[in-house]
Amino acid sequence: MKILVCISNVPDTTSKINFTEGDTQFDTNGVQFVINPNDEFGLTRAMWFKEKQGATVHIATVGDASVEPTMRKALAIGADEGIRINAVPTDGFFVAEQLAHVIKEGAYDLIIAGRESIDYNGGMVPGILAGLLGMNFVNTCIGLEVEGDTATALREIDGGKEKVTAQLPLVIGGQKGLVEESDLKIPNMRGIMMARKKALNVVEPIGATTATADKKFEKPEPKGAVKLTESVDELVELLHTEAKVI
Amino acid sequence: MRPDLFEAPDYYNIDDLLSEEHKLVRDAARQWVKRDVSPIIEEYAQKAEFPKQIIKGLSDIGAFGPYIPEEYGGAGLDQISYGLIMQEIERGDSGIRSTASVQSSLVMYPIFAYGTEAQKKKYLPKLASGELMGCFGLTEPNHGSNPGGMETKYKDMGDHFLLNGAKLWISNAPFADIAVVWAKNEEGRIHGLILERGMEGFSTPETHNKWSLRASATGELIFDNVKVPKENLLPNKSGLGAPLGCLDSARYGISWGAIGAAMDCYDTALRYAKERIQFGKPIAAFQLQQKKLAEMITEITKAQLLALRLGQLKNEGKASSAQISMAKRNNVEMALKIAREARQVLGGMGITGEYSIMRHMMNLESVITYEGTHDIHLLITGADITGIPAFS
Ligand SMILES: Cc1cc2nc3c(=O)[nH]c(=O)nc-3n(C[C@H](O)[C@H](O)[C@H](O)COP(=O)(O)OP(=O)(O)OC[C@H]3O[C@@H](n4cnc5c(N)ncnc54)[C@H](O)[C@@H]3O)c2cc1C
Repeated sequence: MKILVCISNVPDTTSKINFTEGDTQFDTNGVQFVINPNDEFGLTRAMWFKEKQGATVHIATVGDASVEPTMRKALAIGADEGIRINAVPTDGFFVAEQLAHVIKEGAYDLIIAGRESIDYNGGMVPGILAGLLGMNFVNTCIGLEVEGDTATALREIDGGKEKVTAQLPLVIGGQKGLVEESDLKIPNMRGIMMARKKALNVVEPIGATTATADKKFEKPEPKGAVKLTESVDELVELLHTEAKVI
Repeated sequence: MRPDLFEAPDYYNIDDLLSEEHKLVRDAARQWVKRDVSPIIEEYAQKAEFPKQIIKGLSDIGAFGPYIPEEYGGAGLDQISYGLIMQEIERGDSGIRSTASVQSSLVMYPIFAYGTEAQKKKYLPKLASGELMGCFGLTEPNHGSNPGGMETKYKDMGDHFLLNGAKLWISNAPFADIAVVWAKNEEGRIHGLILERGMEGFSTPETHNKWSLRASATGELIFDNVKVPKENLLPNKSGLGAPLGCLDSARYGISWGAIGAAMDCYDTALRYAKERIQFGKPIAAFQLQQKKLAEMITEITKAQLLALRLGQLKNEGKASSAQISMAKRNNVEMALKIAREARQVLGGMGITGEYSIMRHMMNLESVITYEGTHDIHLLITGADITGIPAFS
């Protein structure tokens, strides 16, 4: 089985988010980037397929050279080879188009993407990808087994779980549950040493369409000062007259 | 202990000066400390026990001989990576970092630098994997700052050496499988010998009731007519310079390690100061607390730059012993002062095991003494700049 894990390079959740150039650009200054958590669950599941079923695992990221540390980490965790599509990702359609091109060339059986990236939360890539490739698609995937060319996936649905089967080739949108947080791997020294020698191939983007463009970002209102009240009556009064919520 | 919410400060974007691999190595160590050290360390420090279950993890993150070449089981990393690993481990606990320092710089390094090919092949891969743990015996009951005066000695008996004497304050001694021991031959010249646990006449009683480095095991090495095979002598360097060469490497690691402890104290104090409300405001709003916090981050930033530059010099093989002394002395004192100030920021909470600060503070009392005391390092700088040694 040949697996491609799509990895998105996203700011760490503790990063301070700021915008520049009149609130049109994300300010990367001082921001730590990590593997998108949903993708990390997928990567870890892919490592399981590698160890238990001898799968080959490649990773692909659309991004400029600044995404390479994140990719190198994925290689240190155990992926065999990386493909970087040398373009700054603009929107979900653009990313999916780039990935689709790489996937067609690589003849993959299973494409593991994250349900969404925690930066822009678009949630479009895996769906569009399946559409462009004409592959089966299972989203919000919280469990995955493969036997022969049949996958059995568990999906999270409102109030319960759904078990589905699908033929390979398949695209999944994965999330926590594929593996648990405690299963996530910290790259060990041996992995880091091996990652030095693994191929990280850079390919140029294909002329893709930009379907949407960011115009402006707005941050939520900063939290106001805390007001301590002396009594419950005063609190109720303030909630009524000042906050106007009751 | 509370959940570990550590966020590393990097006020001068020093990360930009590190390579991709440096950051990968450091972040792996950082993640591991958060996952495997922070949740258990307080309990082990309280019960004064070394958590042996983390040995495998220490090896996995490359804490044992990171700069030893790959052919001997090391990771073949540079000196900055070594420093960063020490920083992250000591962010968790100085005692755990001590174990890693001893294994890397005081056991693997002398075998690598002064040992025979057979000794390197026999010991280094197992030390790198943690299958064997080592200790380093230099200090004696009557000779601490003045190790040249050591009394431990060995006699050439023809087919073996006969070793007699005692070492005190030896980290890892109670559980170490091997010991690199410094002793004088019949001519009074210092040589290194590799001892193995189980040799007749060799015992390692534990030193109890420490208030510092409680999660690190410390003990004595006692040699009562120990027969040491001749092939266990480290042949390629002798004299006081041999053990001091190991100390250079360990002290360099400590100059980074101390930054880790300081960062943890600062980060804890900063978070606490922003959350703790007194007189209707977060205590971080008061100038006196801001002064403490601002001075802490200033000192941490200076220490980071000092360590990084020293790492570059070490990578180029140009760092002098005196330069290493300066960094060890400066950075450990910096960390100890920050721990004391940070403890006050937390008020009463600062003395409990709920937070790491008091443990760091007590640990650093050892760190400022071992590997050359604070005073001795000052005398080394003094001797270096004046050309007049003032030790004796
Ligand atoms: C927890 C712990 C772990 C240790 N682990 C190891 C280990 O693994 N291996 C090992 O070999 N050793 C180890 N040591 C020993 C450590 O290196 C010594 O404690 C240190 O070198 C100081 O020696 P001392 O304690 O005998 O103090 P002393 O040398 O007696 O010093 C006492 C005081 O006198 C001062 N002083 C001494 N000489 C002078 C001078 N000429 N001028 C001015 N002031 C001076 C010192 O600065 C110090 O303040 C460890 C120590 C501790 C506490």
